[in-house]
Amino acid sequence: MGRFLAFIRKEFRHILRDRRTLLILFGMPVAQVLLFGFVLTNEIKNASIAVLDHSKDVETTALSNKLASSGYFHIDKNLASEQELEPAFRSGKIKLAVVFPPNFAENAGRDGAAVQLIGDASDPNTATTLINYANAIVLDFQREKAAASGANGGLFLINAETSMRYNPEQKGAFNFVPGVMTLILMLVSAMMTSITIAREKEMGTMEVLLVSPLRPLQIILGKTTPYLVLSMANAIVVVLLGIVVFGMPMRGSILLLAGECLLYMFVALSLGIFISTRAKDQMTAMFMSGLGLLMPTMLLSGFIFPRESMPKVLQYIGNIIPASWFNPIVKGIMIKGVGLEALWTHTIILGLMALVFLVLSLKNFKDRL
Amino acid sequence: MSAVISIREISKSYGELKALHDTSFQVEEGAVFGLIGPDGAGKTTLFRILATLILPDTGQATIGGLDVVKDYRKLRLKLGYMPGRFSLYQDLTVEENLGFFASVFGTTIRKNYDLIAPIYSQIEPFKSRRAGALSGGMKQKLALCCALIHRPEVLLLDEPGTGVDPVSRQEFWEMLATLKNEGITILVSTPNMDEAALCNKVALIQHGKILAEDQPEGIIQSFKNPLWAVRSENMYQLIKDLRMYDGAADCYAFGEYARLKLHPAPVELTTGDNASGQRQTEAAIKTYLQQKNHQKIEMFPAKATIEDCFIDLVSA
Repeated sequence: MGRFLAFIRKEFRHILRDRRTLLILFGMPVAQVLLFGFVLTNEIKNASIAVLDHSKDVETTALSNKLASSGYFHIDKNLASEQELEPAFRSGKIKLAVVFPPNFAENAGRDGAAVQLIGDASDPNTATTLINYANAIVLDFQREKAAASGANGGLFLINAETSMRYNPEQKGAFNFVPGVMTLILMLVSAMMTSITIAREKEMGTMEVLLVSPLRPLQIILGKTTPYLVLSMANAIVVVLLGIVVFGMPMRGSILLLAGECLLYMFVALSLGIFISTRAKDQMTAMFMSGLGLLMPTMLLSGFIFPRESMPKVLQYIGNIIPASWFNPIVKGIMIKGVGLEALWTHTIILGLMALVFLVLSLKNFKDRL
Repeated sequence: MSAVISIREISKSYGELKALHDTSFQVEEGAVFGLIGPDGAGKTTLFRILATLILPDTGQATIGGLDVVKDYRKLRLKLGYMPGRFSLYQDLTVEENLGFFASVFGTTIRKNYDLIAPIYSQIEPFKSRRAGALSGGMKQKLALCCALIHRPEVLLLDEPGTGVDPVSRQEFWEMLATLKNEGITILVSTPNMDEAALCNKVALIQHGKILAEDQPEGIIQSFKNPLWAVRSENMYQLIKDLRMYDGAADCYAFGEYARLKLHPAPVELTTGDNASGQRQTEAAIKTYLQQKNHQKIEMFPAKATIEDCFIDLVSA
């Protein structure tokens, strides 16, 4: 035990004395969260829209005002006829058009009114986002009206399919905070461990460690424990930044989230050890973990690009990436507030992955040169 | 005295390259045994096999009765191994390095302080300095301390002199002599032939084969040829000419002088007065060189060194 503790103490010294490592460990998570939060956000504010109102009654005016005052839209044009729609879109000034058919208020009070939301699909991402914003606002409006006019007076409105039920305003943070977490934990756990073990090989110190009475498992655990602790600290930083700076909700159990993080870190750490058993020096370890882990984690796990819109082959490849399973877990716990009952498949798959990689890396870790 | 390290017909190949070729020798308890040979002779391979880090293709080796392949776990507790490359943690201080290796072996600096004290006391003033900032000689002393901190029975030092200045190297060998008194068996490798005299016993190795194994004096005594140191103004031409000389067995550059190895003298000459025999030889060679237009010829009989023996054995 004393051996093991000495090893961990030594490992912490390595980390704390290397500025580059420290920067990656603590600078990266903060920088990434803030970057993704402020720069790469797909949140849209003050988009120009046009309104074509055939009813011009109290309700349409109220709804138009609600749209305009949401902060997301700015009513650039009030159109007079359908003919003006096309030129308005063509000019590129407006991103979305809202069309109210005649007799809106009357229909709404009776068997339902319709509202048409037309997006500029030449920029599909923006269009989807804006339509979802507008949809949410319209829904909200309907709810308010229904509540005000009693149970039977509900408005009926046209709705595009809303898949963003839990993120009605499609806040960027809801997507990138879990994403950054999967990425950072993978980076810290897998990349850093693989590099640190490869460094012992490169510096020749592994030779001395192997001749010592330390067992391979002790070396591996001694190498990984500090990174496990630091990864946990990182996870906390990312979650806190998400909540405090970007207003992420934390609807589920924090304990469950911590447990799942720990599980994911185990997967990442065992992957890192596995890589290090294959890599002879730090450069190789870096390339292997960079190309083999970080790229797929970023691109295929659904962090940046939705997995649903990927070709089938890439979806299958995405399935073997731990992040693809961890990402929904974080989203589920933080945003939807679900418990283990909804996440057990993901959890079991991550657990199996951890087991496989741990066995593989222990088998591959030679206690000779 | 009994053999602590026993190596029997060890062979090891890396693909086509045969690093060790039926290597056998024994090291007695409490000896400083030098494995001497140029780079690429197979020294490091042999050390790694003994340190249980790689497996031999064929053959057997035991250290303190423990097999390097089968009993490697037990053996690792008894070994002190110092690899050729400086392999300590550069970002840890002197004291932290030593402390780390002590606790890895389940001991403390204080417990075995007496053993390392003669060496450690020299670097102790710098104990809070990072190992990476030490001079070559100090690094080497620290590495030795780290290899010794668990009081090993056998010390394997792979080329400890590399990258170390001559003064420190001298000190290092003196330290090994003191360790010998502690009963630690030391196997040390070096490419420097002049360090052989500091060992109790040496084995000369080249291309994975042991050329000779004896006490340093024994090896030198086995050198039977008359040996001369010769110089003139044109050394390059001198060596070329001396190689053509009738009685020359070999001639090679050796420091400032050319080494001239003659064929063993005929019996009738050696039975006579040795000094007069030498005078005759000297006169004959000088005449020969003067005919070849050499200026400022200087020559004197030389004593064979381990290097001469090595060259002799390699060319044989």
